Amino acid sequence: MSNKKNWPLWEVFVRSKAGLSHRHSGSLHAADAEMALEMARDVYTRRSEGISIWVVESNNILASDPDAKDALFDPANDKIYRHPTFYELPDEVKYM
Amino acid sequence: MAEKNLEQIFQEKVDNEIKIEPKDWMPESYRKTLIRQISQHAHSEVVGMLPEANWITRAPSLTRKVALLAKVQDEAGHGLYLYSACETLGVERDDTIDDLHSGKAKYSSIFNYPTLTWADIGAIGWLVDGAAIMNQVPLCRCSFGPYSRAMIRVCKEESFHQRQGYSIMLKMANGTPEQKRMAQDAINRWWWPALMMFGPNDAESEHSAQSMKWKIKRFSNDELRQRFLDMTVPQCHLLGCEVPDPDLKFNEESGHWEMGPIDWDEFWNVVKGNGKCNRQRLRDRKGAYDDGAWVREAALVYADKKKSRKSEMAAA
Repeated sequence: MSNKKNWPLWEVFVRSKAGLSHRHSGSLHAADAEMALEMARDVYTRRSEGISIWVVESNNILASDPDAKDALFDPANDKIYRHPTFYELPDEVKYM
Repeated sequence: MAEKNLEQIFQEKVDNEIKIEPKDWMPESYRKTLIRQISQHAHSEVVGMLPEANWITRAPSLTRKVALLAKVQDEAGHGLYLYSACETLGVERDDTIDDLHSGKAKYSSIFNYPTLTWADIGAIGWLVDGAAIMNQVPLCRCSFGPYSRAMIRVCKEESFHQRQGYSIMLKMANGTPEQKRMAQDAINRWWWPALMMFGPNDAESEHSAQSMKWKIKRFSNDELRQRFLDMTVPQCHLLGCEVPDPDLKFNEESGHWEMGPIDWDEFWNVVKGNGKCNRQRLRDRKGAYDDGAWVREAALVYADKKKSRKSEMAAA
């Protein structure tokens, strides 16, 4: 581990155009949020990739544990009644 | 779960083209290999700015100058994407940079050659970026998610680099006799180092087999070199220039170009630090880093000050 005091790490999210969500683009180091925003502009939007940027310090993100993946997401697999295709309709009903 | 079991699960994922993400279990040697490869790739992008920066102030027109500036800025960006990808594996960026400065970590040897004339900028874009793209396109499908995503961005941006290089070469090759001579001279000096960029011949390449199994690597060094050769020789002829390889011939039967032997002694000599510019490149990199130290420190202090002002204001 480095003993130097480094700029913290920030995650960058970019909205590519109006109507779409911000999407994770990558990360960068910056001294504070304002600087992270300025740098994100130079690093991730050099070719008009965005119209809006979010930055959030990586430390502030709580991620789900990959080892808990089964416990978290498997229960959704057998709940087929959550999908419209589970329900049979008489042929007479054309659109629903 | 037993260690062996985890390794099997890992390899099955790789075999089934499921990407490995930073927090997933991975063999320690996979992690180490990636840290080595991605950090050296990042260093190459950053050191790669130096030979070109030499010509920004000497570009022959404003158009060429803004294009070169944009290219060099891209290289800085590519270095940053790659350092970020590397950091997801649990290393600190500063530590990888220290390894570059101490000589422990390498960067692509190609950047240890000097850029003597404007034609060198053309040859670098066309040949060096061309070879880099050939290497990088398969890396877009690398098994490690963050590396793959970084490479997709890099490849998207880099295709203009090769075109701007070839466009310089076209102009020079069709210019005055002196310009044409410069173009040929640049090709003579960059041709072989560009072919060396694909690394040692397959029989000599120590990390290849394992990297293929892990799907970090998709094609062998010699396969990629052959593709580059087949693509580039006709481009060189189109310039009206000669390929500096007396043994070069087209094999009608296979449909491939065949090259003479590479001077691997030269390659290893440059890797070991004895190229024309090794010392200069490291000195410049280290100088830029050290000279910028006060800026990084001041920015942190300023950020702290702003933060405490804000909390004072809130308390008042």
